[in-house]
Amino acid sequence: MTTARAAHVAKRRGNRTQALWGYAFIAPTGLGLAIFNLWPVAQTAYFSFTEWGAFGGHTWTGLDNYTRLFADPEVGRAMLNTLTYTALGLIGIPLAIVFAALINRPGLRGVSVYRTAFFLPVVTMPVAVAMLWRWLYNGDYGLVNQALAVVGIDGPNWIADPATAMYALVVVGIWSSIGYNLIIFLAGMQAIPKELYEAAAMDGAGRVRQFFAITLPMLSPTAFFISIISVIGSLQLFDLVFVMTGSGQAARANPAYARLQTVVQLFYERAFVTNDRGYAAAIVIALLVLIAALTVVQFRLQRRWVHYV
Amino acid sequence: MWKSARSGAALLCAALLATACAGGEQAGTDTGSPEKVTLSYGVWDATQQAVMQELATEFTKTHPNVAVDVQLTPWVDYWTKLKAAVSGGAAPDVFWMNGPNFQLYASNGVIKPIEEQVDTSVWPKPLVDLYTYEGKLYGLPKDMDTVGVWYNKTLFDAAKVKYPADDWTWADFKEAAAELTDPDKGVHAVGAQLTSFQEYQYNTIYQAGGHVISPDGKKSGYDDPKTIEGLKFWTDLIAAKQSPDLKTMTDTATLQLFEAGKLAMYWGGSWNVAEFTKNDYTKDKVDVAPLPKGEKQATIIHGVANVMSAKTEHPAEAWEFVKFLGSKPAADILGKKGPIPAYNGTQSDWVAAHPELKLQTFLDAVAYAVPYPVSKNTAAWQEAELTHLTKAWTGEVPIEKAATDLATGMNDLLAKE
Repeated sequence: MTTARAAHVAKRRGNRTQALWGYAFIAPTGLGLAIFNLWPVAQTAYFSFTEWGAFGGHTWTGLDNYTRLFADPEVGRAMLNTLTYTALGLIGIPLAIVFAALINRPGLRGVSVYRTAFFLPVVTMPVAVAMLWRWLYNGDYGLVNQALAVVGIDGPNWIADPATAMYALVVVGIWSSIGYNLIIFLAGMQAIPKELYEAAAMDGAGRVRQFFAITLPMLSPTAFFISIISVIGSLQLFDLVFVMTGSGQAARANPAYARLQTVVQLFYERAFVTNDRGYAAAIVIALLVLIAALTVVQFRLQRRWVHYV
Repeated sequence: MWKSARSGAALLCAALLATACAGGEQAGTDTGSPEKVTLSYGVWDATQQAVMQELATEFTKTHPNVAVDVQLTPWVDYWTKLKAAVSGGAAPDVFWMNGPNFQLYASNGVIKPIEEQVDTSVWPKPLVDLYTYEGKLYGLPKDMDTVGVWYNKTLFDAAKVKYPADDWTWADFKEAAAELTDPDKGVHAVGAQLTSFQEYQYNTIYQAGGHVISPDGKKSGYDDPKTIEGLKFWTDLIAAKQSPDLKTMTDTATLQLFEAGKLAMYWGGSWNVAEFTKNDYTKDKVDVAPLPKGEKQATIIHGVANVMSAKTEHPAEAWEFVKFLGSKPAADILGKKGPIPAYNGTQSDWVAAHPELKLQTFLDAVAYAVPYPVSKNTAAWQEAELTHLTKAWTGEVPIEKAATDLATGMNDLLAKE
């Protein structure tokens, strides 16, 4: 009994030393995270309860910013736009799976060329991507409309027309993120054991059947990861819209602005244009809550469709 | 009020012998060995960096103990960075200020009022007023700009329309606009753009006898029927298809359309000289005329001023530098290489640089110029201007309603200032 207890204590002590070492090793990252991420988050949360002028100096205003937030039609509009963009952006996931499956076909030549072509937009600066598409979408001189003119269609002013602007934006969003998703899916596919396909083939399953019965379920954890990442990314959309609508205040002169303005863009305007920083802080805190809520929902829903082996 | 200087000596000192006096004063106040001081000078225009450096070197010649470090921050980041620097107590000692931002800085006490009596009659009055807050002058005007009508002579000739006369009116303008518009060639008379009120809407508002903001900066003028008339000037042009619609102007900037021969006229500032004389298409095709006269003649005048940080560690030296920058010798240097100097009588070099253009137009306009309308948080209602007027520009809402809605929104914002 006594020896057993002694051994137990010794083991606990050992654990403690080990834990201490563990903390020591994560300390640099942990400190960085605390100072550069967590502390600003805490500060922002605090500032969201204050009125904060252009040059610092804040006064406590309690829940004022939040009551204003719920009554502000621009917030509701920006939330709706952001959610629409996020939902439509999810179309990019099945698309990426299809392209990954096509590239993953055994015996396909030039796989690396395709991979590079798809991945190129991911490593291109978002601002450059946005500028390029702005020109492509130009109503009078853009390539898109010139191509449409060949087949006799008079194309709209894609990003200045409230009816088309959001879809035009989503296309660019999907185009620029598909490469990243595709690479992850490719890796996921290559990790699926060959034997499964062999067994299926023996049982007489064709390519398409194999894709739906093996590839898709085996990829579901990857798809889950991608959907979490892309939802968070879409909710924080800023640079693309900022450049495509017309940078800075000029954006508001875009007739489609009411359909394009995102939550982060509204935050930017309040924080850096109209010097309303306390309110801007409340806007991002609201966005943080929204992101957290949607992520929780996704984790809840995963039980229904994600298969872990 | 600044004209009523106390003593002639102070006047002379400020106006004529700024540099010489400055040296003398320093010798008087600085007993003992002069301490080496470096002043930081924040500017945003890369094309003026060289001439700013030249001015700094010139200043050091008369103030050997003061070096000036010219710090360039591109326009897109300038105000964001400056706000952060001011909040963190790290603002440059001396920096460029513009009209829309001035009162925000002055009312928050982050720039230093000028204590010394200065003869302000050497600058156009609207610019002095622009940098005066609650009776105190905070900055000395550096340069200025006014607005004119740039026109494409080739398109005027093709449409057989006479070039604008110096005394043309709104009626003349509208008549010319109708004749210049050629839908077959995709040519519009003018682009009623919504992204530069300084060159477009503000001018016609004051020409119509309206106003943007009350003189005390407390009330919006957008519900004034005359102000609305000034806005309608532009929406009428769009409705008559003499201007491209807002969607087209969102996709392609009016400046680009003008430089592609798709617009016969472009309301633009004096700062466009560099652009139009450099551009291959416009360089031998354009000239400039005064803005047409409505109920009265008006053009918006604006200019940059040099101000001092309230927290500068070297207030005496910073003031000497600002005073030098506001002096005639400094304006003479600026006029040769930069924008129009604000100092009266130093602008001839600027006009002479391009004898092929009637640049004197911009200087003559100073006589009837109106200051750029501002308040403490100008940016807030400038955003509202766009939010509300966009709806009238697309034709979604009549201009009268958009303007009165804007007045309501702007009054709410002004009440919060």
